[in-house]
Amino acid sequence: MSIWINKNTKVMVQGITGGAGQFHTRACKEYGTNIVAGVTPGKGGQNFEGIPVFNSVAEAKKETGANASMIFVPAKFCYSAIKDAIDAELGIVVCITEGIPTLDMVKIKKYLEGKKTRLIGPNCPGIISPGSCKLGIMPGFIHKEGRIGVISRSGTLTYEAVDQLTKLGLGQSTCIGIGGDPVPGTNFIDCLQAFEADPETDAVVMIGEIGGSAEEDAARFVKANMKKPVVAFIAGQTAPKGKRMGHAGAIISGGHGTAAEKIEALESCGIKVSKSPGDIGETLYARITHR
Amino acid sequence: MKIHEYQGKELLKKFGVAVPKGEVAFTVDEAVKIARELGGVVVVKAQIHAGGRGKGGGVKICKTLNEVKDAAGKILGMKLVTHQTGPEGKIVKKLLVEKGSNIARELYLGMTLDRTNSKVTLMASSEGGMEIEKVAAENPEKIFKLAIDPFGGIDSVAVKNIAGKLKLSGGLDEKFCGFVSALYKAYTELDASLAEINPLVVTKEGEVIALDAKINLDDNAFFRHPEFTALLDPDEEDSMELQAKKFDLNYISLNGNIGCMVNGAGLAMATMDIIKLYGGEPANFLDVGGGATKENVAEAFKIILHDPKVKAILINIFGGIVKCDMIAEGIVAAAKEVNIKVPLVVRLQGTNCEIGAGIIKKSGLNIISANGFAEAAKKVVNCIK
Repeated sequence: MSIWINKNTKVMVQGITGGAGQFHTRACKEYGTNIVAGVTPGKGGQNFEGIPVFNSVAEAKKETGANASMIFVPAKFCYSAIKDAIDAELGIVVCITEGIPTLDMVKIKKYLEGKKTRLIGPNCPGIISPGSCKLGIMPGFIHKEGRIGVISRSGTLTYEAVDQLTKLGLGQSTCIGIGGDPVPGTNFIDCLQAFEADPETDAVVMIGEIGGSAEEDAARFVKANMKKPVVAFIAGQTAPKGKRMGHAGAIISGGHGTAAEKIEALESCGIKVSKSPGDIGETLYARITHR
Repeated sequence: MKIHEYQGKELLKKFGVAVPKGEVAFTVDEAVKIARELGGVVVVKAQIHAGGRGKGGGVKICKTLNEVKDAAGKILGMKLVTHQTGPEGKIVKKLLVEKGSNIARELYLGMTLDRTNSKVTLMASSEGGMEIEKVAAENPEKIFKLAIDPFGGIDSVAVKNIAGKLKLSGGLDEKFCGFVSALYKAYTELDASLAEINPLVVTKEGEVIALDAKINLDDNAFFRHPEFTALLDPDEEDSMELQAKKFDLNYISLNGNIGCMVNGAGLAMATMDIIKLYGGEPANFLDVGGGATKENVAEAFKIILHDPKVKAILINIFGGIVKCDMIAEGIVAAAKEVNIKVPLVVRLQGTNCEIGAGIIKKSGLNIISANGFAEAAKKVVNCIK
């Protein structure tokens, strides 16, 4: 089993006719994801390599029974694309797009309250349950079916961690990239809660970075609510203050959000933190074999 | 993006936020001319993107035009050092000359995103003029906060309540509420990421006015405000960082001597961290992004090597969408074109990494290959020992 997505997830792709949409639709389909529809306003009635394209999310859902979406539309159209997906009551919506204005996401976050949709991202690699479903841009082949949950604010650093796990023989139940923006649809705690409840996840790897206090909040959650082991890595120990390190959310402002603070918070809550990004897999391995 | 105080105040004025009358000056003559038109006491303020200008000698109150001439002459061209500029300071190239205010009280007012609740949050305090981080650390009870509903807007009753806590009454509370709503309108319509008015001043004449204004704008929202690109001051930016941006590279220069080229921001930070862990110092953060091409790999080399401190380079690529063979070809082509004289350690993982490694081997270039993340870091640190 896995969290949030599985073999029965029926996926639509918003922005299927754009360059990134086409490329990743193919890659996800090859991985085995059940992609049933595409959405591009104005291109309804066409098809992309046999996948029917609709003008709206609601229509795509009605005609195909899709219950999830992957969004590749340009940042300036994402506010309405995400809102359409929420209005259509899709269960899982993954927004890959980078560069959405923060105030658009502030509105989306508020709009999500009390709705049926779980939004993952934006500015994220997506979510994968190895062997059954991939909703995202991560390379499928580095993953392996198994019992470790992975949560991360990063993209390629997640691949690095997953690769380390796979090479140690530790497969993954689900890997989620929550994205590097200051207002993510899903946060660490949402994922930790789901992994704790998932009978087929045994342990969790959490990869954070500088900026904000999501890691500190997650650490307190782990201490109070989790029995499963959690290990972590925090990127940006050498990052300077006040500089945005690529991700909009990765910035140390007003002296807060440093890696040192986060590592201290995690360790004080009993979470083993890997000192080196080269030892994330080993740290988890050690944690679950020497109980 | 950070902008200058004078630019921020010009933007705020359009939304009805009360700011002192004033204008920007680039020369002493312009400063005197503006002061003459304003009449009476004026304030001459250095315009740099850093706080603490007053303490550093960048702000002068002038009663006469001669004093204006004197102050402008001293401040223009000075190297202004504040706690935010670092010891190297900033050269002042422009001034804001504005009408002096009769200050009765100094308050603090700020708006920014509170990441814990994903809402724009108003912060107000009677401790105006102080560093708000310091107040937050030492006297958190003196900061009054209000989270703003993005659809409902500002709760005017709650703002009035804050005015009461700030001991504003007799009409000043109404003026404070008006100021707050104008500032929030400006914040949302400008797509700001920070609006900090410190101090917000109550004048002896009973006005509530922004004596200072620090506005940051959300770069992601520039498609809605194409005119904002003109607000960028190249004097305030690192020229190599600007150059990198033109090629979709995310570059930040640091103080060490090991240049880094990585795909992805998180992995780029982790690469800096691991270099430090093995006893080295990173010279930069550089994310070549998800769509790395031969051209921007070549440009990335040029930018890294532009820094004379760089004594070795580590390339760390985890191929996902980006294929390692394509990156390897880019590295080989660029290494030949740019003529790299410092040791180069390359680690390719993920999609087509074996093919990539083969390309590098065949190139005959003096490139040190590494498989593991830690191995790559050790090798590059050893190069400079």
